[in-house]
Amino acid sequence: MSTTESRQDIRGPHCVPVTVEINGRGRVVDVEPRVSLLDALREHLGLTGTKKGCDQGTCGACTVWVDGRRVLACLTLAAAAAGHEVTTIEGLADGDELHPMQRAFLENDAFQCGYCTPGQIMSAVKLIEEGNATTDEDISEFMSGNICRCAAYPNIRAAVRQVRDAAGGAA
Amino acid sequence: MTSVGTPVTRVDGPAKVTGAALYSAEITPPGTVHLAIVGSTVAAGRVTAIDAAAARAAEGVLAVLTHDDVPAVASPPHLLPSLLGAAAPGESFFPMQDTVVHYAGQPVVLVVAHTYEQAHHAASLVRVDYEAAPAITTIDQGRERAYDAERLFAGLMPGREERGDVEAGLARADLRVDMSYRMAANHHNALEAPSTVAVWNGGELTLYESTMGVRATQQTVAQLLGLPVSHVRVITHFVGGGFGSKAMVWPHTTLTAMAARIVGRPVKLMLTRPQMFTSTGHREEQEQSIALGATRDGRLTAIRHDKLSITSLFDDWAEPATGVSSQLYACDAYLGVHRLIKGNTMTPTFTRGPGETLGMFTLETAMDELARRVDLDPLELRLRNVATTDPRGNPWSSGGLEECLRLGAERFGWSGRNPAPRAQPDGDWLIGTGMAVAAYPMAFFMPPQRARARIFADGSATVATSTQEFGTGVLTMATQVGADALGVALSDIEFQAGDTDLPNSTAAVGSAGAGMVASAVHEAGTALRRQLVDLAIGDPGSPLHGVDPASVTVTAGRLTSSDRAGATDTYGELLGRNHLSDAEATGTWRPPPLDTPHGLLTFGAQFAEVAVDPQLGLVRVRRLGGAFAPGRVLNPLLARSQLMGGMLWGMSQALLEGNHTDPRTGRWAETNLAEYLVPVNADAPEVTVDFVEVHDDVVGPLGAKGVGEIGQVGVAAAIANAIFHATGRRVRSLPITPETVMEPTPAAAPT
Repeated sequence: MSTTESRQDIRGPHCVPVTVEINGRGRVVDVEPRVSLLDALREHLGLTGTKKGCDQGTCGACTVWVDGRRVLACLTLAAAAAGHEVTTIEGLADGDELHPMQRAFLENDAFQCGYCTPGQIMSAVKLIEEGNATTDEDISEFMSGNICRCAAYPNIRAAVRQVRDAAGGAA
Repeated sequence: MTSVGTPVTRVDGPAKVTGAALYSAEITPPGTVHLAIVGSTVAAGRVTAIDAAAARAAEGVLAVLTHDDVPAVASPPHLLPSLLGAAAPGESFFPMQDTVVHYAGQPVVLVVAHTYEQAHHAASLVRVDYEAAPAITTIDQGRERAYDAERLFAGLMPGREERGDVEAGLARADLRVDMSYRMAANHHNALEAPSTVAVWNGGELTLYESTMGVRATQQTVAQLLGLPVSHVRVITHFVGGGFGSKAMVWPHTTLTAMAARIVGRPVKLMLTRPQMFTSTGHREEQEQSIALGATRDGRLTAIRHDKLSITSLFDDWAEPATGVSSQLYACDAYLGVHRLIKGNTMTPTFTRGPGETLGMFTLETAMDELARRVDLDPLELRLRNVATTDPRGNPWSSGGLEECLRLGAERFGWSGRNPAPRAQPDGDWLIGTGMAVAAYPMAFFMPPQRARARIFADGSATVATSTQEFGTGVLTMATQVGADALGVALSDIEFQAGDTDLPNSTAAVGSAGAGMVASAVHEAGTALRRQLVDLAIGDPGSPLHGVDPASVTVTAGRLTSSDRAGATDTYGELLGRNHLSDAEATGTWRPPPLDTPHGLLTFGAQFAEVAVDPQLGLVRVRRLGGAFAPGRVLNPLLARSQLMGGMLWGMSQALLEGNHTDPRTGRWAETNLAEYLVPVNADAPEVTVDFVEVHDDVVGPLGAKGVGEIGQVGVAAAIANAIFHATGRRVRSLPITPETVMEPTPAAAPT
């Protein structure tokens, strides 16, 4: 292999503009194709509410919604989100009015350090919509993709129950 | 109306549930570039060559730094626990000073690039050649080299604790219980990776750091870089969990500052999840054994407790395992011994409930076995042996153990328990219950703690000290304490923290954080209130002019006197009349002396119910119940959460968490959250937490003893005892994994 070829091999690919709708607003971000949606949000778009816990798809801290479905932003390339609707924790509250799940997490003390919390809340909201919050067993099973190292789990279940019940019973 | 003791929701809660709370890696000053660290792939030996050409040529790379480029540290680090309030390196070693490799993962190359992706890609292109040497990373490999540790914890604690004649005590015992255990290493795995953003401005350094001690970070980095302490500022808004991993100051922080100085730009580092297993210490692999001697009616005549563990080549570190076993029970003869093996690991460190969680696992499973042998209820055996004073004969600063045992048992439904193992089948499951004592020592090594209180003419107020929020709820509790001390409404006061420019506060470790901060804030708020009351009394324009200061109370910023009905003044009006835009006061809390004539333990009791499938080796914890006497509970909502989290950590310690090194490579076998198991929601049962009120005048003006560790102590023992009750088998290793519980053929099971 010639020197020139090997230099080309090791050079990163060039940046490309990626257009994504984030929290209802069109955004263009100029990133290399290898940049994850998570790093695009955190390092390029100033949306640091989505957390990096493992960068390996094991902890759930980076959970966001793409077209209304919960996905792991660390395992999603930013380029793959082009043309899709992304919702992050910053898009959940209505102005200063917290989303009921955010309020329920606060009232039930469903977090301590707060680092997993955005991911937990993004999962929890979807859990009810998906109809997977009918029983405590369901809640704990379907929330098990989101690790809380402070182990606020019983309080997280309480928060999900509170929102489910206020919404008029299990979805 | 007082705020302390009420279940106020977290003041930082709205920021955390909306994603607005900023953690260290989320600070991005203009021009920030990214650091990736290359760690050694061998556990011992030396670096023989580094080929960085490909990395240097990669797009976006600003610098590839080796031991030839990293400056020498101004003075070599010396391990010192951060609770002492001084520089607190996690190990007496700083990497990249030469070519020698002492442990796998030790930093050998730094790569700085414009973006995170460029830095990590270039790091993958660095080729490092090693001359590997034989490494010792397991107890089995180093057993022949074990030695008695003279001192532990950087010399703070003796490695051996002895009173009375243990051999004689064991000899005169009617019966003797011997237990021994192997415990795998644990890793903290806070959800936020350790992160540093280093910004130089001339000769001054600002660090945004995920730390449990901004002050310890400031002093350590200043010492290693040879800077005046005043030239280093550390800012920590929020920390995504610590559990001990961020209690000491590890090399990556100073390396980031060095890299930033070399490239002349702000540098951001976030360790990767695999690097978290080799960068901030761990709970060391260990073996513990215990011998209990007792009379036929269950009174202890002797305790001998031994621990053997692996430490680094440079520090005599062991989690002290005998701080509770040496003083919990009335027993004239005690011997506790720590033995160490020097190996190729980084220096182990504090991991939640350091030392005593495993020490108490050993003691309390042995007590369970003793209860069976003397045919006593395990609860009754504890009550029979509880010490009413510490071994020096000093009364406890506050007690509550008996009350915790009785309340916990009542809430759990312990009475009437059939002690026979395997007596409760439930389909394929065997049900069992177990209990254990929880106790944790309080340490007062810290220097005086300071806080500042300030009030403005509009009635709004602040209290401030340089502590940091990593989930303990300190921001909320300190706000409550400040409001009560100053006499203002909770909504009118803000607590400021997380910055070394604020008054001195020591690292929040060892369950001491809330107590230290609350005490200092209480003193500051009280000092400012006194100053303002004096101002009112001396002010001819005040309705309270000339009253006795002792008659004055302040509520919601309004001053009244029991000596002058109807007369009121307010802080705002008082300041305005006196042409003051604000007033401020500093408060200092001095911890009790190290030789305080008091026993210093926090007490509790743990209860667990498990279901075991002996064919599959499955263990399911059905419920946990704990009762605790942590002194004054500053905020029951938050204290309950922290105790519950600690109890689930105990469950995890019993059943899930353990790592081993591969003896061929000296590297950790599990370096991610798919293989190193931590509990998920489905693992966590419902948890009951109850409080026993005890009054404590010794530990601080508010009498708060701390809830960070006590929740975890005893849980693993209660679960192991419940597994014995369910199955009739004692598992001799932690974690208790399915293959250790499994009974291959039911017919072969003990009866």
